Amino acid sequence: MAEFEPRIVAFVCNWCTYAGADLTGTSRIKYAANVEIIRFPCTGRIDFMLLLKAFASGADAIIVSGCHPNDCHYTSGNFHARRRWMTFRSLLDYLGIDVRRVQFSWVSAAEGAKWAEVVNSTTAAVRELGPFTGYRQLAGAGIELGG
Amino acid sequence: MEELRKRARELLATGEVKVVIGYGEGSAGRIRPLFITDPAGAGVLMFDERCLANLAVYLLKAEVKQLGKAAGTAPIRNHSNGLQPAAESQVSDETVRLIGVADGKAVDLPTLASAEEYVASVSLEPAAEEKEALARIERMTMEERWAYWNEQLSRCLKCYACRAACPMCYCTQCTVECNQPQWIPVPATPLGNLEWHVMRAMHLAGRCVGCGECRRACPIDLPIDLLTKKIGEDVAAGFGLRAGSSRKLEYALSTYRPDDREDFIR
Amino acid sequence: METERRILTREAFDSLLQKAVAAGQRAYGPKDLDGRIDFAPIARLDDLSTGHVQTTQSAKFALFPKVEELFSFHREGNAQVLDEATEADTPETLLLGVRPCDAAAIASLAAIFNWDTRDPQFNRRLARTTVVTITCTHADEYCFCTSVGGGPGNSTGSDLLLTPLEGGTYLAEVLTARGQALLALVPESSTPANAVDKESRLACVPSRFTAETVTAKMAVAFDREGLWREQSLRCLGCGACAFVCPTCACFDISDESNGIQGKRLRTWDSCGFSLFTKHTSGHNPREVQSQRWRQRLMHKFVYMPDRLKVLGCVGCGRCSRSCPVDMNILEHVTKVAEVK
Repeated sequence: MAEFEPRIVAFVCNWCTYAGADLTGTSRIKYAANVEIIRFPCTGRIDFMLLLKAFASGADAIIVSGCHPNDCHYTSGNFHARRRWMTFRSLLDYLGIDVRRVQFSWVSAAEGAKWAEVVNSTTAAVRELGPFTGYRQLAGAGIELGG
Repeated sequence: MEELRKRARELLATGEVKVVIGYGEGSAGRIRPLFITDPAGAGVLMFDERCLANLAVYLLKAEVKQLGKAAGTAPIRNHSNGLQPAAESQVSDETVRLIGVADGKAVDLPTLASAEEYVASVSLEPAAEEKEALARIERMTMEERWAYWNEQLSRCLKCYACRAACPMCYCTQCTVECNQPQWIPVPATPLGNLEWHVMRAMHLAGRCVGCGECRRACPIDLPIDLLTKKIGEDVAAGFGLRAGSSRKLEYALSTYRPDDREDFIR
Repeated sequence: METERRILTREAFDSLLQKAVAAGQRAYGPKDLDGRIDFAPIARLDDLSTGHVQTTQSAKFALFPKVEELFSFHREGNAQVLDEATEADTPETLLLGVRPCDAAAIASLAAIFNWDTRDPQFNRRLARTTVVTITCTHADEYCFCTSVGGGPGNSTGSDLLLTPLEGGTYLAEVLTARGQALLALVPESSTPANAVDKESRLACVPSRFTAETVTAKMAVAFDREGLWREQSLRCLGCGACAFVCPTCACFDISDESNGIQGKRLRTWDSCGFSLFTKHTSGHNPREVQSQRWRQRLMHKFVYMPDRLKVLGCVGCGRCSRSCPVDMNILEHVTKVAEVK
């Protein structure tokens, strides 16, 4: 039986984590191929709804990553993001969504190794949790066929 | 509530306000919102333990604003007051004055500053039953919570009564009404309903005063106030901001402190 | 033609329901859901709540679901392939325990859905729905069926009309071939019941106005801005009334697709929403709530009788019970009828 391969979507900021992920590659560090990276100018731009949309589209887990506090390319975008995630994560938990499926991190442009570590550990954790079919099943449910 | 009626008569007679928004007897022992524009009509105003509805929603309704400066009956006990709309520049001392009602007394609050002073003497924390309702979900396992919320939210009709009744949902064009792209689906499917209520709860983060009007308005009694109240508690605990406490309250999600604390970002 | 009347024992009624479900019918009836009485799937008579006056929501979901797929589509190479549901996708539905007002509402819905286009989805569902109505032994101050051509024991729209008798039995009036076929599932309920007095068991619902008077007066009151403004000042435009109403049939259509496949969905809508009549140009002919409130009443009491020969209100009172700010349709319509 084929082992479950998690599909992970990563929302990352251009200036830090995206550059950091590039460094991972140029450093020839191998890491799990389960992640699909989506580039944003800043974590402050990441709408919480995008996370839910990613789950509905088939993601089993999500990584959200950006610049360290005080290092945001736009000065404070990541501070706003932090507040948003604190609030949203608590809501997800309250709804019964396992917050281990959403990993938040600060990965700078110099932290190629850290990016690999974040992806690898998230992939391993989600492999244990299994596919997020519970969420995907909601899509398409509740519609009467107009027979 | 003769004090309340007397106050209303005075305010209307002097032209200080053009309309008094309060409560009156409705059908079958219910309460209904009333709009008194003539001092002679103030006799039907009343206030008792049934008066829970948050009338602040009318302070932001175009047809009521058109009448002129309003005096709003603000039941302080359930956090209904005009301070959060004031913090968002939706009302001011020029457009509104409050008549606070708590513990059987009508308290004249001629300015928002006086309202803020009064509110500071009252606890805005949720009442014991509300805390228990919130905690009940917290005691459930993750599977139980997911099952509970899906069961409840799949019943949602997308009638948007929750939005219409909420004083803080005053956007003239709500996110759900954008269809390029259709961010929140129109049909009342389980997924669409979840997305709607999550979005609404997040858009109310740090803004929800916990009046419970959304739940009272819901024709099928969905416990959606738990979501907005839960976030309200998180924001108060995490950022020290409680909606309805000040006419100058910061908006939690557009401000920050460099030392905001969390324990989950690696 | 004499209506066939039978006595249905509780056991026979229970057996009828269970046999219908076993034969593949989706059965819905009023159920006690944590204190709120509303339609839910039922499988046996014990599931059915009977002590209530009215359910929160109507039974229109059986004919006009809150979300319905009209068709779906997908791409095969360069071709678009349309997938339409067939008759086989329409389930046989049994509505058990609706009130006479709910049964009467079916005629209003059928008029709307067959006005110019004969709506295929609605008509297929209607052809496959059996309506078992339980008459009203109690009413409340929100009910006004007798003012709009109905009554607590009326048979319009019902296949079987049941009146509760002593000891959990029912008087069953067989009104249609569908009703006949349903009752035939329990041949043991063959006691004739001609001597039972139905009328004395029914609730008293005093008539408050006549529909013809209201229709005439309301048309004349169209321009009375002050009247409509006063009535609607507290209205929040929330949509609850339209959604719980058994005759409201406004709908929205939306496509959900991802470019490769998708579906076209029909969902409930409300004329009370501020955007309901907003044009792409930005112009909104019903910009203020008073215009929308007037439209609601005019549609139900003037436009529908004028054009479809049927009222758009059956006096069930659900809108008033559900309204968060106590808009009371009976009160408002009565006021309009009193306009000089």
